[in-house]
Amino acid sequence: MKLNVNGVERVVEVDPEMPILWALRDILGLTGTKFGCGQALCGACTVHLDGEGIRSCVTPVRRAEGKQITTIEGLSPDGSHPLQKAWVSQCVPQCGFCQAGQIMTAAALLAKVPKPSAEQIDASMSGNLCRCGTYLRIRSAIEEAAGLKGTSVLGGSK
Amino acid sequence: MIRNLSRRSVLRGFGLAGAGLALGCFGKHKDAPALPGNGLHPNVFVQVGTDGLVTLVCHRSEMGQGVRSSLPALLADELGADLSKVKVVQGDGDKVYGDQNTDGSSSVRKRYQDLRQAGATARAMLVSVAAKRWKVPESACAARMGQVTCAGKSFGFGELADEASKLAIPDSKKVALRAESEFQYIGKELPLLDGPDLVVGRAVFGADIKLPGLLIAVIARPPVVGGSAISFNAQKAMAVPGVRKIVQLEAPAKPFKFKPLGGIAVVADNTWAALRGRAALEIVWNSGDNGSYDSAEYKAQLLQAVKKPGKSWRNVGDSDAALLNAAKVVEAIYGTPHYAHATMEPPCATARFSDGRCEVWAATQNPQSARDDVAEALKIPPDKVDVHVTLLGGGFGRKSKGDFVTEAALVSKAVGAPVRLQWTREDDLQNDYYLSNSVQKLAAGLDSSGKVTSWLHRTAFPPITSLFVGDLAKAPDIGGLQQGVLDVPLDIPNVRAEGCEAKAYTRIGWLRSVANVYHAFAVQSFIDEIAHARKVDPRDNLLEIIGPARKVSLKELGVEKLPNYGASLDEHPIDTARLRHVIDRVCALSRWSDRVKDGRTLGLAAHRSFLAYVAVVVSVVKSPDGRIRVDEAWSVADAGQVVNLERVRTQFEGAVVFGLSVGMYGAITMKAGAVEQSNFHDHRLLRIAEAPRKIHVEIVESHGAPCGVGEPGVPPVTPALANALFALTGQRVRDLPIVNSLPV
Repeated sequence: MKLNVNGVERVVEVDPEMPILWALRDILGLTGTKFGCGQALCGACTVHLDGEGIRSCVTPVRRAEGKQITTIEGLSPDGSHPLQKAWVSQCVPQCGFCQAGQIMTAAALLAKVPKPSAEQIDASMSGNLCRCGTYLRIRSAIEEAAGLKGTSVLGGSK
Repeated sequence: MIRNLSRRSVLRGFGLAGAGLALGCFGKHKDAPALPGNGLHPNVFVQVGTDGLVTLVCHRSEMGQGVRSSLPALLADELGADLSKVKVVQGDGDKVYGDQNTDGSSSVRKRYQDLRQAGATARAMLVSVAAKRWKVPESACAARMGQVTCAGKSFGFGELADEASKLAIPDSKKVALRAESEFQYIGKELPLLDGPDLVVGRAVFGADIKLPGLLIAVIARPPVVGGSAISFNAQKAMAVPGVRKIVQLEAPAKPFKFKPLGGIAVVADNTWAALRGRAALEIVWNSGDNGSYDSAEYKAQLLQAVKKPGKSWRNVGDSDAALLNAAKVVEAIYGTPHYAHATMEPPCATARFSDGRCEVWAATQNPQSARDDVAEALKIPPDKVDVHVTLLGGGFGRKSKGDFVTEAALVSKAVGAPVRLQWTREDDLQNDYYLSNSVQKLAAGLDSSGKVTSWLHRTAFPPITSLFVGDLAKAPDIGGLQQGVLDVPLDIPNVRAEGCEAKAYTRIGWLRSVANVYHAFAVQSFIDEIAHARKVDPRDNLLEIIGPARKVSLKELGVEKLPNYGASLDEHPIDTARLRHVIDRVCALSRWSDRVKDGRTLGLAAHRSFLAYVAVVVSVVKSPDGRIRVDEAWSVADAGQVVNLERVRTQFEGAVVFGLSVGMYGAITMKAGAVEQSNFHDHRLLRIAEAPRKIHVEIVESHGAPCGVGEPGVPPVTPALANALFALTGQRVRDLPIVNSLPV
């Protein structure tokens, strides 16, 4: 099976029903995409399929044939996507495990809605769990990346 | 400690900071595991290379609390290194570092002094060389940003390192530490060390280890702790393409400790094949001793237990008599369920057993105990086990217990190949070490003027010690009682606290802030109930019950002893001035005087745990759709001297979200000994839309002895929420989770 991952053609010999997540992690060695629940309930495995955010843990690899998969490793060549920069400047991650999925969901949102409202951010990001509780900083990082004024959590805390 | 330096290097082949291969250079310190490069290496934590590169070892596990920036900051500040240029290497599991069990909010508070001394020792040696070269007194030299300077002259650390490495290492306890006014990093906001790696997917977590010939294993574990497989269909599982081997693992004997739960492992070429193989096993289980455990019935038993006197642990005056003579008695019973850790990264470890040795890579909070447990399970000496620590995708106490690490080692040995042992979310929620469920009865007697004259607190919860001594543990012990029962300052003349019978029927473990979760919920809710019974401002009532500013003695508490989180009461007294101060601050920030205004209400709670003082106010509103939401929260903490102020703030922000999740949603229930929840559809955690729009954190400026940070933000959150909900709805929630009673 031929896959296009982060702009590179890859050939994988796997069960076509294997979720994209395991093809990425186990077969292609792209471990930036995380396994959190296996049931599309937590969002840690989010990647883009032709620009749409999908849960790779439940999406069979056959559905990616002829389409472009983008993972956190391919979101930008050097970590310079506005969201990646905002994630660092807002010190968003705590443990960091869910953050690749958070960023990929946010990137799909900003590609469609460049200046999302707070409600649109909440609605789009509600499928992504964070147990450390970084939600406020996720919101402010998305606002920063979108060039909205935003309420920086960093500035707001004393 | 005498060690054989020919032992295989601890940093071989893998280091989070890219340590690469550590080759045969040993520093001057006899115990120090080798770090790459030559130079000054006076202790196990610091190396100054002849090229000027400073390498610092972080010996405790990073799980989001920021230890990989805070511990290196202690070393770098005393050394005078440029923190932006140091290399941080993750220490392996090795007793040479001292305790590495990253729990109890203890990394900074227990190592604040000796890590500074380790940095200062290296500085003293570098300064000594520079002073000799310049023929000036050492006191005329300063070490800053990787240089030693004196009157306009300077040497880079690298120019001094070789000569310094030939000096006798001074006694670290006698080396002068910097004055607080000289701190360059300690107490400041430091950049996020692993941030750039995390946002591009390069950071290495437990499941991200790549080895040649690596196989993937998943295990079907018995649904009931202590159970085992009666039969299973190995053939059918082996028929799944990619499945290589089926391995049966022994059921553990009580006490369960950190032993694996047994079950059937399916080993395959990839995770998908392993999961499909596991699904094909058709296992018939036997439930063992705990097959009748029903958490709802158990709660009824605990309810009976707290209706009778238990063992008295705290006694001042005569609480029973004072209650009988009270003009008014306020009484309430609180119940809390089991909770799971639900770290976003399910447990995972990779092991490679060969030639009588085992090398392990694991998302572990406790690499030394993992090393000992693996050695015991494989029947090899601990020095034939290497445990490398990856980043942890959340810990919260779950990953202190190395059952999953031992599983990986056992399966690797059984198949003769390196194995990644992956837990699924279902595995995680159904085979956790659960926080104790609890029932508590509180009673307070008021005199005719409304003053509280007596206090009774009965608590029943299965103790953590059951994990280590099995059925011998039948009732709460001091480990859990010190957390929010025995240590609560009460300016009340008659006080009694009792622990009532509660046996464990599942694996009980510690979860972020542990017994403080349920004790602070009950005590701080109850104090709010007293305020409403007295018809006084809940803040004034809370301050009155805490009493005037003082250091509370054991005698005043009415206890013989108090573990006090391993700290002396001289250094860390129970200081009500600090508790009162955080309450005052949080009330000022949240405008407590407007606590019921424009359809929103505030609730307050305050609690000392892990030696830190925290007060929280939560604001709730009714949404147009009838649901209640938390719209804002304030948390004020006095944790003594903090190291990385930025990470400390984020811990308290995160603790608000964690505490709201605990209060509102995430209960674990058990029937016929098995957990009823399986994944995030039926085990609900707070999502972004349910998180407050604003969380304000204030950290009290202090140079006092450092206190815990990771855990103490959690306990006041749930009662503050319950108190706010009462103010909003008039309904008092005494049973968690709140979602069972109110539309949150």
